Amino acid sequence: MMHYLFRRLLYAIPILMGINILTFALFFMVNTPDDMARMQLGQKNVSPIAIEQWKVERGYNLPLFYNTETTGMQHFSQTLFFQKSFRLFIFDFGRSDAGRDISYDVSHRMWPSLAIAVPALILGMALNILFAMMMAFFRSTRLDLVGVMFCIMLMSISSMFYIIGGQYFFGKLLRLVPISGYDTGFNSIKFVLLPVLVAVIAGLGSGGRWYRTLFLEEMNLDYVRTARAKGLSEYSILLHHVLKNAMLPILTGIVVLIPSLFMGSLILESFFGVPGLGSYMIDAIQQQDFAIVRAMVFLGSVLYIIGLVLTDISYTFVDPRVKLA
Amino acid sequence: MSLGLLWSDKCFFLVLIVIVVLILNGLRSPPTRLAFMRIFSKPVSVASAIVLLFFLIIGVLDSIHFKPNSRSLLDNILSPIGDVYEKTYSSPLALTLYASEVLMVDGRVKLTHPRLNYVKPTLKNNAQKWMFIRQVLLDALWVSGLLVLGLGLLTIIFKICTRKFLIMSSSCKLGEISKDGTMPITEQLFAYAEMIKRCISKTLLTGLLTLFICLLLVIASYWLSRGLHLLGTGKIGQDIFYATVKSIRTGLMIGILTTLFMMPLALLLGIAAGYFGGIIDDVIQYIYTTLSSIPGVLLITASVLSMQTYIANHPEQFTTLEENADARLLALCFILGVTSWTSLCRLLRAEAMKLKEVDYVLAAKALGSGPFKIIFKHLLPNVMHIVVITFVLDFSFLVLAEAVLSYVGVGVSPLTISWGNMINAARLELAREPLVWWPMLAAFGFMFTFVLASNLLADAVEDAFNPRHHSSA
Repeated sequence: MMHYLFRRLLYAIPILMGINILTFALFFMVNTPDDMARMQLGQKNVSPIAIEQWKVERGYNLPLFYNTETTGMQHFSQTLFFQKSFRLFIFDFGRSDAGRDISYDVSHRMWPSLAIAVPALILGMALNILFAMMMAFFRSTRLDLVGVMFCIMLMSISSMFYIIGGQYFFGKLLRLVPISGYDTGFNSIKFVLLPVLVAVIAGLGSGGRWYRTLFLEEMNLDYVRTARAKGLSEYSILLHHVLKNAMLPILTGIVVLIPSLFMGSLILESFFGVPGLGSYMIDAIQQQDFAIVRAMVFLGSVLYIIGLVLTDISYTFVDPRVKLA
Repeated sequence: MSLGLLWSDKCFFLVLIVIVVLILNGLRSPPTRLAFMRIFSKPVSVASAIVLLFFLIIGVLDSIHFKPNSRSLLDNILSPIGDVYEKTYSSPLALTLYASEVLMVDGRVKLTHPRLNYVKPTLKNNAQKWMFIRQVLLDALWVSGLLVLGLGLLTIIFKICTRKFLIMSSSCKLGEISKDGTMPITEQLFAYAEMIKRCISKTLLTGLLTLFICLLLVIASYWLSRGLHLLGTGKIGQDIFYATVKSIRTGLMIGILTTLFMMPLALLLGIAAGYFGGIIDDVIQYIYTTLSSIPGVLLITASVLSMQTYIANHPEQFTTLEENADARLLALCFILGVTSWTSLCRLLRAEAMKLKEVDYVLAAKALGSGPFKIIFKHLLPNVMHIVVITFVLDFSFLVLAEAVLSYVGVGVSPLTISWGNMINAARLELAREPLVWWPMLAAFGFMFTFVLASNLLADAVEDAFNPRHHSSA
């Protein structure tokens, strides 16, 4: 097990390197820092002095890979690649283009993101399973067909409609919850309710349909026939046998997501004015703050890879037959 | 006026031609024909296919651009509603502006709702407007009803002509007529009725009904848009109906062109990795693992941002605004394609690895076929079902993704008319008092219809092409 973990982590290094180089290429080689400066300072009538000053302030005035003006290791360390990209490996995100400390922002903004993402995930999973089990229980009847149609309808609605509709209905018409905003501590609950509800409903269509196929696949297997032959009721087969076995793909599909929960949801947070990492990203995009986007891409990838490793580990817990070597 | 296709138009038509050729080519093989028959034996998929066909026709009309100011054929058909602007908001089918204004009427200052510029002069009051709408609806009902009825009759006649033999022999009764001719006239009629009844299936009826509804909507909305703003006007007085119809092209482009960029990469790399194995496999696996490790939205965002900077800093390459917007649309499709080929590539690799050991491939190898011949003749046709399923499943996802990306600010150019941009612009209107709901609802409604139809069709296609489904069914 430890051996496997070690190997997986070792394998993650070249992948992270690749991501690092890719983002570096996207942000520094497709467009030079001069382009960025011009974009930030306004497209026309920018003096070269202003561009140079902008670059010096943010440390973008270094060469890409190799610095000829220094000596020794500084040939490599005093470069854009080392300063801006390589340092992400030790989670040193540096400062944003607007001058704020990214690590500080990330550590503060991840809590609101979690406050919405965790309940949304748990509630969503529970509701999806319940809905899918109902459809599987009434499989190949009218009810099942209606359920599937309902799922496809839900899937066809833009997620933005759920958000805007939810805000309008619960926030403006019924005045049950505030339309947007956030607060500290327990006061935040009333701000969290609506985003969680929206996230759960928006995921119900695809989730319910996906779980239904999982359940139905299990129900075609031999052990279900055996259970039926033993005289178990359809209800207890579904609850005790099928659910347990279908949990394997369901759980592993969810474990991948767990680390990424920190990242929050882009549009949900932005619409509801939640100061999480998702809205952080959106703000960065709208202000064209490339330093933040770069940091978030790296962070997101790291979390995703952690999620993959966790998935493999969770296999061993749920299914004792799986051995990691 | 001469034809001046934009780059996206050319790509779009190229993909359409490729799809049509592939379908026609595929129809020559019995299994594919069977799959198509399975798809179109379901009323739901026939209905959604017809709806999609209407969207496709509108998209094609909107993709034929003409030279001087790159207006499309659709613009010419719909003109002048693309060019008339009111002052500001007006509700659907309204005669006057939504907000009241202080105006001088007959020398007296009055608070009234000013009349819209575009509305037909003959429509003086609400009663006349409703008369006009009723007349248009009745006319549209007649025209589309007759068209569909005619088409239905033609289909039945065609079916009788082609299947006469089968039906005659199965119903027997008609066979007896020709033998002795003594059958009473009533029974003969019954026999013919029976024959016609056999030709009318549930699927045919659903198809005709859908066709009727679509035609009715298209004709009625076109005629209504000649006299009124069918879906009202937006903030700067632009016609919402025009905007929603124009958005269809953007949605189609995103859904279809992305696949154009995605398929070659995924097919080439996936099959190469699976078939050749070894170091090629390792390299390709590394590439797609790296790409898929970056969360999709973030990768798209990063790429679009750097692409935006590039376009902003190289204005000389994009002379007109249309070309600029077009370049952004193409680039977005390209980026979406590059970021989303990984999952298909993984599937294809696994399938190619499986197929590599199959008897007919081994036989081809033993007979001396080279690897490229094997890939093109044996592997490619046998992984096509995966490609088809991925295409239809991704399509609706991409259309929905466009709206989200446009909201984030990394979607199509703000100049391109798209559902995402419409929703984005209409977002704050819901907070207004009184409520402005029509731009938002129009965009969502069209998008919902489009995505629902493609989802339903995708469901049927997946059912028909997925070999795993038959075995369990």
